[in-house]
Amino acid sequence: MSASSPTTWAGRARSADPVAYLQYPALAVLLAWPFLFSTYNTGLLTEILIFAIAAMSLDLLMGYGGLVSFGQAAFFGLGAYTTVILSVSFGMSPWTGWAAGVVVSAAAAAVIGFLCIRLKGVGFFMLTLAFAQLLFSAALKWRSLTGGSDGIGGMQRPALAGFRLDDPATMYFVALGAFLLSLVLLRLVVGSQYGHALVGIRDNEVRMRALGYRANAVKLIAFTVSGLFAGFSGGLYAIFNGFVSPDAMAFGLSGTILLMVVLGGAGSLVGPAIGAAVFLLVKQIASSYTEHWLSIVGIIFVACVMFFRSGIYGLLLRLGRRGS
Amino acid sequence: MGLLEIEGLNKAFGSLTVTRNVSLSVPSGRKHVIIGPNGAGKTSLIHQIGGQLQPDSGRILIDGAEVGKLGPEGRARLGLARTFQKNTLFPKLSVHENVRLGAQARFGSPFDLFRPARRSTELDDRAASLLARFGLDHLAQAPAGSISYGDQRQLELAVALSGEPRILLLDEPTSGLSPTETKALVGVIRSLPDDLAILMIEHDMEVVFSLADRITVLYYGEVLAEGTPEEVTANARVQEVYLGAGI
Repeated sequence: MSASSPTTWAGRARSADPVAYLQYPALAVLLAWPFLFSTYNTGLLTEILIFAIAAMSLDLLMGYGGLVSFGQAAFFGLGAYTTVILSVSFGMSPWTGWAAGVVVSAAAAAVIGFLCIRLKGVGFFMLTLAFAQLLFSAALKWRSLTGGSDGIGGMQRPALAGFRLDDPATMYFVALGAFLLSLVLLRLVVGSQYGHALVGIRDNEVRMRALGYRANAVKLIAFTVSGLFAGFSGGLYAIFNGFVSPDAMAFGLSGTILLMVVLGGAGSLVGPAIGAAVFLLVKQIASSYTEHWLSIVGIIFVACVMFFRSGIYGLLLRLGRRGS
Repeated sequence: MGLLEIEGLNKAFGSLTVTRNVSLSVPSGRKHVIIGPNGAGKTSLIHQIGGQLQPDSGRILIDGAEVGKLGPEGRARLGLARTFQKNTLFPKLSVHENVRLGAQARFGSPFDLFRPARRSTELDDRAASLLARFGLDHLAQAPAGSISYGDQRQLELAVALSGEPRILLLDEPTSGLSPTETKALVGVIRSLPDDLAILMIEHDMEVVFSLADRITVLYYGEVLAEGTPEEVTANARVQEVYLGAGI
């Protein structure tokens, strides 16, 4: 699924990306959102933006690096746990906790990645899952630190330059800022010389190594940066919720993030963000009618895999090209 | 001592010996051609030199330094470049981007996460001048997968040269080419830098004799003969097992 991603640098360079025209109206809507819609909808969009960061973090690894990981929740969870534990148990500011969460996630990703990137395909997939499950059981069993299955709650949302994050609109803008920062940074990374090396190794590792590229080092950096951004989104999720539980590290969440990437279109960054939005919107709308809302997601997922392999973003691209 | 030295190389897959006590030496500026019937172990030898395959025993030296422990990327950084028998270009990337990606490995900064790849004038200049030398500049913006097979073989060579190697391994560069395309490619290989050490596998005897300074004949993984083209053609055993087959 990753090798057939819609991303080719050549493709981007030759024909102007029709979806690119939509980014400014989309940004305008995002900026105006809290002033136009209810508090409830603002909360939903905040959650979407947070998970969009997680989905984009996996996209770097999966869409651009061709490394399909089933352990992204490990780094999301590490970011969330670090933020809450430092803030609630050690009395630090949640901002400090969030920053520390990013560092912890990136460091853990560097170590786990070092062991995982030696494998390819299914082996890599299973090993990332195994490490994520290891951390998940630690979160569940190390009660004194993590609160076990109850998790840790009672974290107060901090203030930022006089604005209280208790205000949904302020919280929303923090999430929007974090999302835009992640998008800009990740776009820089995939467009850099490093990013091109990463895609080259995804498509033909033998050739890239023969050219002199250190494939394992390139992959390890992708894994680490991916873990860093997953931790970034996890810490923000903890601030948003005010609590953390093993759900933030569960393999169901790894699956959800993976689904968002495939649904939206791997290898495009924006696609997985759209995938996060579609997933959470379907969940929100469908779950008020039926408890089997996941089957609706499942049907959309099957349709994606069968009819538009490059996801919703790929579909939008195709429609845009036809239109122009 | 040669820029590329191979001493007593052995490689077997189970009971199938593909390389048996092979030694050869390629100094700077020499074009050394390996010939031999199918299954003689030519490509396996190139893979072992390139680092794609690990030999069972023997030594490979680049400029006097043993490279047995190095992977392909380490050998590439010592100045070894190679082409592959089957085209392994990036078909979706443009011709220009293929060469730039090759040049980036040596002259770029592949670990700089924030330097935009498309704004490197140095790498773009390198790619452009190499394409001009190969006469591929008019195809620079075409996806590599869309150009003719003959042009792809030339591009393959351009990508290999993009890192300015000291040693070049060519695995059947003319395979599948028309006579005209072959002629063009031979011209390109002749025009390569004078100090480049070239080790190439070739089937087309016309190409072999028009390029080779020295020839090694491989037969069932073993060196049957080695010498100048004249010596090799005059060799009775070579005539018996190989050239006698009617070329």
